[in-house]
Amino acid sequence: MPADTSQTPSGAARLLTEKIAVVNVGLDGFVADLRANAVEVVHVDWAPPAGGDPEMAALLARLGG
Amino acid sequence: MSDVLVNEIRRGFYLDSVALMRLSREVAGAEGVIEAALMMGSPSNLAIMRDAGLIEAGCDARPNDLVLGLRARDAAAAEAARALALEGLDRPRASAAAEDWRPRSIAAATEALPAANLALVSVPGDFAATEARRALGRGLNVLMFSDNVALEDERSLKLEARERGLLMMGPDCGTAILNGTPLAFANRVARGAVGIVGASGTGIQEVSCLVSEAGRGISHAIGVGGRDLKHEIGGITTMMALELLDADPATDRIVLISKPPHPEVAAAVLDRIAQSAKPHVVCFIGADPMDLPPGATQAFTLHEAAEMALDGARIGAGFSPDAAPRDMQGERRAGRIEGLFCGGTLAAEAQIVLRRAGRNPVSNAPVPGVAHVGDGAAGDRVLDLGADEYTRGRPHPMIDPSVRDEMLARALGDDAVGAILLDLVIGFGAHDDPAGQTAEVLAAHAGPRPPVVASVTGTAADPQDKARQAATLRAAGIVVAPSNAQASALAVTLAQTARAEAAS
Repeated sequence: MPADTSQTPSGAARLLTEKIAVVNVGLDGFVADLRANAVEVVHVDWAPPAGGDPEMAALLARLGG
Repeated sequence: MSDVLVNEIRRGFYLDSVALMRLSREVAGAEGVIEAALMMGSPSNLAIMRDAGLIEAGCDARPNDLVLGLRARDAAAAEAARALALEGLDRPRASAAAEDWRPRSIAAATEALPAANLALVSVPGDFAATEARRALGRGLNVLMFSDNVALEDERSLKLEARERGLLMMGPDCGTAILNGTPLAFANRVARGAVGIVGASGTGIQEVSCLVSEAGRGISHAIGVGGRDLKHEIGGITTMMALELLDADPATDRIVLISKPPHPEVAAAVLDRIAQSAKPHVVCFIGADPMDLPPGATQAFTLHEAAEMALDGARIGAGFSPDAAPRDMQGERRAGRIEGLFCGGTLAAEAQIVLRRAGRNPVSNAPVPGVAHVGDGAAGDRVLDLGADEYTRGRPHPMIDPSVRDEMLARALGDDAVGAILLDLVIGFGAHDDPAGQTAEVLAAHAGPRPPVVASVTGTAADPQDKARQAATLRAAGIVVAPSNAQASALAVTLAQTARAEAAS
């Protein structure tokens, strides 16, 4: 796990008061919709990790964050 | 001359499923092409392509390879389609503006956008939990659009999120509107004081749009995912969402939408509602009448839920579902109702309306008390075309209504059908012009047909514009009702009146 996993206890409540800013992981089409609504968004260039093997990917995630 | 089969594998090349389905349709529609698909090479996708005769025996594609399979009438058509497909793969993606730098991980993305407060996760279900954990670890709330996520992963993600004070919406969360921002499949609704918590995406869409179109507005609509109120999950996100809206000064009333929860979960949720000073509308689609705490009222349909949120104001007051409109097109005849739905909860609502009118529909996604479509009954049929059996290897009908077009064409020519009932769901994420596509199906039909009744879930501010969609449907001879419940009620009237006329 990364060292800076600072907890954000009020993170859920802030979602209702702050401007929404999005990390998009997956469907590319959501990015254009978010931008059309003036939402700041960063799209992650995602591809299936570990050669597309979900179990290996989960294992790697646990090891390396 | 025999068909020509073309296979091409692009190693280590990833495109999301929606982009691939769009490209597949484009290639399949090219001159001389019989069938075509582009898919990632997962075992289940390869099985679909093998069943469709689109890959040769011995195809050695791996899950992170992209596979093109196409069959064409001759070699020239095959080569042209292959070139079209390859050109499509190399086309810049919608997200790739020229100035874009695209991080390869959530960690890098949060560094690039320190203000980020939400991860929208829509990777294939096998990988979704891993990405959601990474997002929670970075302090991000999560809206998980992905489905096919294990229940135990859902539970552990929601517990972790709660521990961190974050919201875990989903898996299988199709819709949210937070602080005025529509997310995933949502509509551009007016801001107002009605808060919504929903385990159903199209349920949230219908209620938020009806409220908005009636002149009121939505504070926030929090999606929780279709399974949140199951016993295994225990309503973790629903309880957090109710707390948030209860404490939110912009929200003065709360609508809760779900399938009937597990009884223990329902009891816990109602206990929480009893502690609130705000009025609540509880819409558990398909539930029996319940004892509710003071300040809470039960709605049996989405339409009723919206009216209750509007202090009892009538929605669609100028529309009568009790009589056929004078200018209605289509042949009145005794027959069954054929309901062809894109929205799962809209299909559930239609079943409730039909049942309340004394009819006995069957469905592939039956609400309590309705028989499964496979049980052989020949009466009214209400189909959820977004269910797995219709979307295997093809886009959800809200994205691309083609699966419904074929069934609609058949129903138009079926003289056992007395009325056809449709939903159109517009807004972000949905098809650009579902009404236009539906109108084309009607235009292509020759000969007598039954009346067609539809509703449009959306708003005038949506990219597709509800008014424009409704006008296109009317021009095609379709009756447009103000809500899905009213469309369903009119279909009942047409079928019952026709039955009475046939008997006299």
